[in-house]
Amino acid sequence: MNEVKCECGHVNPHGTVLCESCGKVLEEKEKEKKLLDMRYEGSARRSQTYNKTMIDKIWNFFSSVKVGVWLIVITLIASALGTILPQEMYIPPVMPAAEYYEDQYGWIGKVYYDLGFHNLYSSWWYLILIASIGISLVICSLDRVIPLYRALKKQRVSRHESYLQRQRVFGVSKIVETDQAFTMAKEKLKEKKYNIREENGNLLAEKGRFSRWGPYVNHVGLIIFLIGGMLRFVPGMYVDKILWIREGETKVIPETNGEYYLKNEKFILEVYDKEKDNEVFDEAIDKAGMVAKNYQSNVTLYKKSGDAVAGEEANLEKVKDFEIRVNEPLKFENFALYQVDYKLNELNKMSFALTNKKTGEEYGDLTVDLNDPQDAYDLGNGYKAEIVSFFPDFEFDENGEPVTKSRIPNNPAFVFKMFTPDNPDGEISFVAIRQTIEPFGDNEYKMAFKGVDTKNVSALTVRKDLTLWIIALGGAIFMIGVAQGSYWNHRRIWLRRVDGEVWVAGHTNKNWHGLKREIDAALDGTSIEMPEDQLQKQSEKKG
Amino acid sequence: MKKQRLVIRTVILLVLGAAVAYTLYANFTKDQVQKVAVGEKAPDFVLTDLEGNKHRLSDYEGQGVFLNFWGTWCKPCEKEMPYMNNQYKEFKDQGVQVLAVNVGETDLAVNKFSDRYNLSFPIVIDKDGPVQSAYGINPLPATFLIDKDGKVVKYITGEMNEATIKDYMEQIKP
Repeated sequence: MNEVKCECGHVNPHGTVLCESCGKVLEEKEKEKKLLDMRYEGSARRSQTYNKTMIDKIWNFFSSVKVGVWLIVITLIASALGTILPQEMYIPPVMPAAEYYEDQYGWIGKVYYDLGFHNLYSSWWYLILIASIGISLVICSLDRVIPLYRALKKQRVSRHESYLQRQRVFGVSKIVETDQAFTMAKEKLKEKKYNIREENGNLLAEKGRFSRWGPYVNHVGLIIFLIGGMLRFVPGMYVDKILWIREGETKVIPETNGEYYLKNEKFILEVYDKEKDNEVFDEAIDKAGMVAKNYQSNVTLYKKSGDAVAGEEANLEKVKDFEIRVNEPLKFENFALYQVDYKLNELNKMSFALTNKKTGEEYGDLTVDLNDPQDAYDLGNGYKAEIVSFFPDFEFDENGEPVTKSRIPNNPAFVFKMFTPDNPDGEISFVAIRQTIEPFGDNEYKMAFKGVDTKNVSALTVRKDLTLWIIALGGAIFMIGVAQGSYWNHRRIWLRRVDGEVWVAGHTNKNWHGLKREIDAALDGTSIEMPEDQLQKQSEKKG
Repeated sequence: MKKQRLVIRTVILLVLGAAVAYTLYANFTKDQVQKVAVGEKAPDFVLTDLEGNKHRLSDYEGQGVFLNFWGTWCKPCEKEMPYMNNQYKEFKDQGVQVLAVNVGETDLAVNKFSDRYNLSFPIVIDKDGPVQSAYGINPLPATFLIDKDGKVVKYITGEMNEATIKDYMEQIKP
């Protein structure tokens, strides 16, 4: 390895631009410049120096800030593309996604779907982009923070003339009372909370060095944030499921290993009422017709006790009653149940009367529980109705056969066999909502529809997120880094005696005006002249 | 020095690469993650059949169990039922039991269905869904092949024809 030995005796790593110790310009190209590039203190960014093995090449790729910026730009564009049309998870389940996009958005929709943008945020290339940003963050930071730390730690008080000359704030004064001037300036700088180091009569005042670590602290926060996001993929860390539950129903809560059960006692939807509620709502009610005020599920949480296997009548112990409202979830262990959706008036029971079609006389009522219909309903006196077939969600299939679309009683239909003293062999009648078919000719009797009983169904989100605190921690560290880098400045002021002259130079990573004011205050009353801002001088010359 | 640098860089890149690979893998398998993995012991359960008899999975240890989850509205389930019925008759004396778990429909619907196809294997109803939850059932039909030691040999989702059903039963024959 070609290490560079400076004339001050300090040995610098290969690629160093400014000697870590005395600041002498080591690279020829840099010598031609009027002002130094002070980024990373002219330290050797390792990535830029070795390029040997495959590992080095990968490392150097990710170490480039330019690559990092491009990765962020591409990710931003990709993220924006994903918002043009709704993602697959948000489209209504009316038809397959492949058809839906073309149907709704024409050829653009088709292209969007074909390119896989309907699932953009979980696509492999999007994840790789995010992961690459993470890798870039780690490697960029490592490659810069270590040399920077070295350079700031190794810096000596007496900096080389070529270093001081090329600082943006620099000035030379010829004075006699040097010692006195130095003592005065030192006191003033101490008042301004500078750390003072002295060496051979030269002076370095420095403060706010920790502000230089701000960006790296910030990156550590981001990386923790990304790790939190990654942990969501680890089984058991993150749950996001939907539980549909009817009034009166008791269901096992998913992802709780069958430990917890929930009973929905009642679902309540309240709307604003002109009569009862404050009149400020009147206008909105007139405009919208109906405005929801509250969505609420009254539930009871049960915990299974004992070792009942799945399906066995579990011994349930009541944990608590709770009223779940929007943003007021039921919490237990690491789970939270949120109100997320509902369905009003799902059919629950239907009542019929066995009726003589001609006379209209009724021979008894029967009520069918759609979630537990019986085989037959005996109405007494030789009258009986038997259910031959039951279709909870009835439709005719392509062959014209009655079938059910699902197990949910959205559109119930029955095939009844009616037994009466007149027809002991029974008459067949197909009964659906607003529809009666008598497949074997005219019947004498019919099942007259009497009424329905409905139930509400509530949908709850079952949520568990053990990664939240990691993400919050990452966010907090991120903000600490931002504050550290933004609200503090790293300021350095050098005073050096050179052949009866006093050279003053200053450097800050931001807010040059503040630095100059402090130098001005420190030199006030001494015979040392205020140094000039060489950058300002240059631009004034040009202008 | 140079060697040390290479080692450090390699280690860091490997750690980062492993994290990325895991995330990608987890993301693409998250929809296929089975609660009950092949090679694991099938979770025990007790359900009651249409005749009122209790069936406990662990009672069938020593026999192969063809565990099928189905619903009456599910067309492929409906199609494979008669095949299962035929093969059940072949294999029940050879130590293969069929358990058809309905995913919580009404007794009436299940009874009528069973009568229509003259199904002879026991049909149990998972009313509130605990068994489906334990097995992580989503699309229907879903079938688990369980061997004589109670271990899951294979998980099949989607329709099966008679030949594959026969083949599967052959696989779990004790």
